[in-house]
Amino acid sequence: MSTQLATNTPAAPPSYEIPKIARFGSLGVVAILMVAFPVVFSNPTVTTIGVFAMIYLVSVTGWNIFSGYSGYIALGHAVFFGIGQYATAMLASYWNITPGWQTFLLIPVSMVLAGIAAVPIGFMLLRVRKHTFIVLTIALMFIFQLFAYNFRSWTGGSQGLEMTPPSWSGDIFNMPFYYVGLGLSVIALLTSWVVRRSKFGLGLLAIRDDEDRARSLGIKTTQTKLIAFVISAVFLGAAGALYAPFVGSVYPQFSFDPAFDLSLAVMAFTGGLGTLLGPSVGALVIASAQQYFLLTFGGANVFLIVYGVLFILILRLLPGGVVPALSMQWQHHVVRRERRKLESEPQQEGVAKQ
Amino acid sequence: MLIAQAVLEGVLVGGFYALMAAGLTLVFGVMDIVNFAIGALIVLGAYLSYTVNVHLHLDPFVSLFITTPIMTVLGFAIYWFLIKPIKTDRVVMSLLTMFAVATLIEGVLDLTFNSGLVQIHASYINNSLKIGGLNFPLIYVLSFLLSAFLLAMLFLVTYRTKFGRSLRASMQNPVAARLVGINTDKVSGITLAIGIGMAAVGGMIFGTTNAFNAASSYDLISRLLVIVILGGFGSVGGALVSAIFMLVVQDVVSVVWSPVWGSTTFYVILIVVLLVRPQGLFGKKGVRAQ
Repeated sequence: MSTQLATNTPAAPPSYEIPKIARFGSLGVVAILMVAFPVVFSNPTVTTIGVFAMIYLVSVTGWNIFSGYSGYIALGHAVFFGIGQYATAMLASYWNITPGWQTFLLIPVSMVLAGIAAVPIGFMLLRVRKHTFIVLTIALMFIFQLFAYNFRSWTGGSQGLEMTPPSWSGDIFNMPFYYVGLGLSVIALLTSWVVRRSKFGLGLLAIRDDEDRARSLGIKTTQTKLIAFVISAVFLGAAGALYAPFVGSVYPQFSFDPAFDLSLAVMAFTGGLGTLLGPSVGALVIASAQQYFLLTFGGANVFLIVYGVLFILILRLLPGGVVPALSMQWQHHVVRRERRKLESEPQQEGVAKQ
Repeated sequence: MLIAQAVLEGVLVGGFYALMAAGLTLVFGVMDIVNFAIGALIVLGAYLSYTVNVHLHLDPFVSLFITTPIMTVLGFAIYWFLIKPIKTDRVVMSLLTMFAVATLIEGVLDLTFNSGLVQIHASYINNSLKIGGLNFPLIYVLSFLLSAFLLAMLFLVTYRTKFGRSLRASMQNPVAARLVGINTDKVSGITLAIGIGMAAVGGMIFGTTNAFNAASSYDLISRLLVIVILGGFGSVGGALVSAIFMLVVQDVVSVVWSPVWGSTTFYVILIVVLLVRPQGLFGKKGVRAQ
């Protein structure tokens, strides 16, 4: 009997993951669509929406590397977004950079500056645990907004700083911003993927699940959190450096904007907090919707209402986000398929033995 | 003399912040909920008082008899429909839910009242008492007295009634409280309703002493959170002390240095204190270490 059972062992266990062909195929289709998007829809209004979607895509992917993987929800990453914007605007005038392709050279500089700023900030904030951390990040954002208002000689105070937009013609004006944004998004997603698959990323996930236990298992929690914090800040700095020359001006209330922080959280939660692609899906859908609403209704208030309601619904109905819900559906599908197989198999064996 | 005047105003305005921070910290203590929407709810209370004042011509203090019940019911509704169903990761999920509620309220207020600044009017709003060379603006004094009265009531309820005992039990140990037969859901709902009902009073005070619009909520919530963190989450006494302390510091800095640095100092103190004592001035270490 026992030998028979051993020979009867089933083949490899069923894979609960979506098949590779489907995954890479859909990724490829999305990639082609993203590259072709501004060529196909060359209307400047549409491509403007595309550029904003890219800026949010970079931001939310960076945000997710820290907040999604470690479970520390940061509601103050506008600080680094703002640092990127102010650094770009200030350096562009300080170094007399002529508006054009050269402006994009400031992106790596802003990334470095945002990363440097993130070290002491992260060191201070990460001394406290989750809920106090959320509140501290909010306070920090207001500190930076007040700094931007108060250091008039550098930041221009409430007058803000102007950036001369590049002299590209209106039809193709958005294109360079779009493709630079797309490139940054790819870099951010690759970084997120590498982090997720590394030992370092596993440490972050362990912190999310149980920080004290992770620590007792030998993970240097403070160091791990700080590194992730800096990585995420770097991408927010990049997004800011892309945003400032695109919009053409930098103001304290828009650079350090509480609504921006909320947007990142809503996007990540909608798509799936802590997953690789979930936040990107959220960013593409919500950022486009946001810009569309702004262009159609003019004021931000209608969008605030939609936002609030949407966020409440997501938290109530899909607390895990859309992407995990979809992959859960797939797993249910696999389980059902396997069960059907198992139900039909024993009958066949029984027939054969008789 | 200028500094004495600044200290006085800091104390008077601090009363309002102490009342609001007490509500915030009680709600946190009972159910681990950071009521992030309190700023938006205070502004909502201010707009309700403003509307009653403009359309029914009632005195702002009388308008409270209309606005407080409305806000209390709203508080119950928020608890029942949004907070109670949350099952997992309550701290973070409830904070985000309240954030969403705040956004929704801000959007509705901005849509209904536009973003122009308004202020609640009353005939005596610019009157003031002069005592020993110090200037006591009447509305600040009245607001302070009202806040102090409500805080005293809050203490009475918390320490001298059966509900207060259930409340403190739920704060100390929710599981044990449930085991001895306390309906912690009911206690939580009532606590949140009280906290939000007090936002109606806070709103009236805020609306008579400041010009406000829907976006004022950000300034309020950030200050209140700073006060509550500084006092230590869950510590009512800490909230009172740090509210008065912070407002006095802010007003003195505004007078001595410059008004633009007043609010910055406010946040800088927070960072400095937390570097030394991450649990806040009066918080207990380890109790809320999660």
